Amino acid sequence: MVAKGTVKIVDERCKSCGFCVEFCPTKVLALSSAFNAKGYHPPYAVAPEKCSGCDLCGMYCPDFAIFGYKNGPAATQEVGDEG
Amino acid sequence: MSATATNPVEPFLRMDRIPHIWCPGCGIGTTVNCFTRALMDSKVDLKSLALVSGIGCTGRVAGYVKLDSFHTTHGRAIPFATGLKLANPNLNVIVYSGDGDLSAIGGNHLIHAARRNIDLKVICVNNLTYAMTGGQSAPTTPEHAITATSPYGAFEPSFNLPHLVEAAGAVYVARWTTFHVRQLARSMAEIFKKKGFCFIEVLSPCPTLYQRRNKMGDGLDTMKFYKEKSKVKNGAPTSEVGLTINGEIIVGKFVERDRPDYGSLMKAQFVEALGDRYVDCTETICS
Amino acid sequence: MKADPRGVLTGVHFIDGDQACCEGALAAGARFASGYPITPSTEVVERFASRVPTVGGTFIQMEDELAASITLQGAVWGGAKAFTVTSGPGFSLMMEHIGYAAMTETPCVFVDVQRGGPSTGLPTLPAQADMMQARWGSHGDYEIIALCPNSPQECFDLTIRAFNLAEEFRVPVMFMMDEVVGHMTEKVVIPPADEIEIVPRRHTHKSVEEYLPYETGGDLVPEIAHAGEGYKFHITGLTHDEHGYPNMIPPIQDKLVRRLQNKVREAAERITLYEAEGLEDADVVVISYGITSRVAQRAIELARGQSLQVGKLRLITAWPFPEHIIRELAPRVKAMVVPELNLGQMVREVERSAGGDCQVLAVPHAGGSVHHPEDILKVIVEASR
Repeated sequence: MVAKGTVKIVDERCKSCGFCVEFCPTKVLALSSAFNAKGYHPPYAVAPEKCSGCDLCGMYCPDFAIFGYKNGPAATQEVGDEG
Repeated sequence: MSATATNPVEPFLRMDRIPHIWCPGCGIGTTVNCFTRALMDSKVDLKSLALVSGIGCTGRVAGYVKLDSFHTTHGRAIPFATGLKLANPNLNVIVYSGDGDLSAIGGNHLIHAARRNIDLKVICVNNLTYAMTGGQSAPTTPEHAITATSPYGAFEPSFNLPHLVEAAGAVYVARWTTFHVRQLARSMAEIFKKKGFCFIEVLSPCPTLYQRRNKMGDGLDTMKFYKEKSKVKNGAPTSEVGLTINGEIIVGKFVERDRPDYGSLMKAQFVEALGDRYVDCTETICS
Repeated sequence: MKADPRGVLTGVHFIDGDQACCEGALAAGARFASGYPITPSTEVVERFASRVPTVGGTFIQMEDELAASITLQGAVWGGAKAFTVTSGPGFSLMMEHIGYAAMTETPCVFVDVQRGGPSTGLPTLPAQADMMQARWGSHGDYEIIALCPNSPQECFDLTIRAFNLAEEFRVPVMFMMDEVVGHMTEKVVIPPADEIEIVPRRHTHKSVEEYLPYETGGDLVPEIAHAGEGYKFHITGLTHDEHGYPNMIPPIQDKLVRRLQNKVREAAERITLYEAEGLEDADVVVISYGITSRVAQRAIELARGQSLQVGKLRLITAWPFPEHIIRELAPRVKAMVVPELNLGQMVREVERSAGGDCQVLAVPHAGGSVHHPEDILKVIVEASR
């Protein structure tokens, strides 16, 4: 099964609030047992194949530590600065 | 094919200042995500944006967004924003501040800007307390809540902010919580296209202070609380959306109406009184 | 650069100080005012409200002075030259935002038409009792520039100077009028626009990538950018570094507040404006400002009529205080006589600067009217003995 989306995590920014884990509609994430430098447990994709790239995790994350994007032809999604 | 994708929020952030100061489980960062999605979706010209904040945890948003941003004095973001907008009506001026800043010390300015229908987009992050200074009671603190200055429980009736700003004259009034990320982003995008005084209240956890003192758990517990207690009632009468410590949270878009904004009223009056003699500066030029 | 003719009401007028101040602001290029009514200052903004729709600009009457004093600053960052007008009780309310202007280096003008105080005091009667407040009223270490006109003509001329100084040094400038100067009607000559020198906004020419909001060169004054130009700068009242970002550690605090102080103090001699007469061979020098200087003029004439050697020093800039002039003068004279419409404010600065090298005699007045020349003459005569 090829995942429709990918989730990207910046471990060092995470503060283990748990929003992304809780609100991922397809339960892709879980908090890992690993620590980051601040002593928090960042999430990891325990079921990456279920990721739809909806980016709800990205919208919830208060620390800008995770986001999701849709795979496919537009694999490189760079949001440019339009200013 | 490996993607070199960037978090859509990052182009809007001063990445040299990340990580931010907000606590684990605080919802302010969540609102910033919604804000940046709204900026992208509404295709508003970023160069025309100016963001003004007051003092408090939410006030720190100004320092993290990569826009022309002004961290002003406590309660006075709205009058500062008014000056910005009047001097350069081409600016899209956003006020991003907290409940204490906007409704207590800033209360007078809130109601007058709504009355005048100044074309401002106000995001009021409401964590029911003065968080930055240690969690004191605010006009939005629900009755019976424990705070640093109401150690035996608050006994003051609290503000119903949507009701207040609607009565004062706001043309767009909505309330969401940090659980309602998609609706919040949508509301934020809507107000960028709406002329006049727009107000969005966003309930947000303060796990370190408000929730902790009231034994309501951490940020995630609060998000689940929002999910459980919220009821979306678009168009609900704002008199009925007051908050209690543990009760139902009515969310939705309550008010969307049309009133001429301050700029239009001013121009109309001067044209009527002065005719050709009126000099309309869309931009007040600094000589 | 020259004044924009659209704002210059060239001609010979018979108007009061408040009216002249408004015209000075317009001539200086002010196109935004936010105000709140307070006697005896209100006429300044009433005239502005009436003039500005045909000149091109905006006036808004805000809900209180707390708002008025920061709305004008928003307008400055939006690109306008802006000011507000008030009197004692409103001046007190504006103090936080005067500090904000000093901290963020927002060029603007605050007009205080002084009246009797403290508190509600004497709304329709003069005093000069806000002079120390003008300098120290907000919290923390900062510098301001303060000007004291003594006639409606000066209300016009010096308002232009106030705006020019504000732009040159990026400070809030206090325009310290008083109720008599504000409400006295005299001839005011407004020259053609091309005879009026204006200091333009010190706008950066740097690119978006290079520009730092608080980077400075030799004169310690940063270049400004306005909202909406693509610079995406951040401004805060928190202690900040060259990026404008909050940076709240002692070395940054030290660097910042010293620069805020030095950018004015190091230019103090250049900023100082005064009127001096007969200082070379004076026994007694009368030091005064504002309306009191006109009464003092009479007292000085009477004293000279009695063959006393009396010099005159009229402070036009009250802040930064011209210490250098006093310091140089004090050893050469017997006494300095300082009449003021207060119970002793600027006299303290004179005393401090004189450093004991001569007698310093106050001629206080609680306010509500002006001195009688005899009050000042008496002290001059005493000092001359």
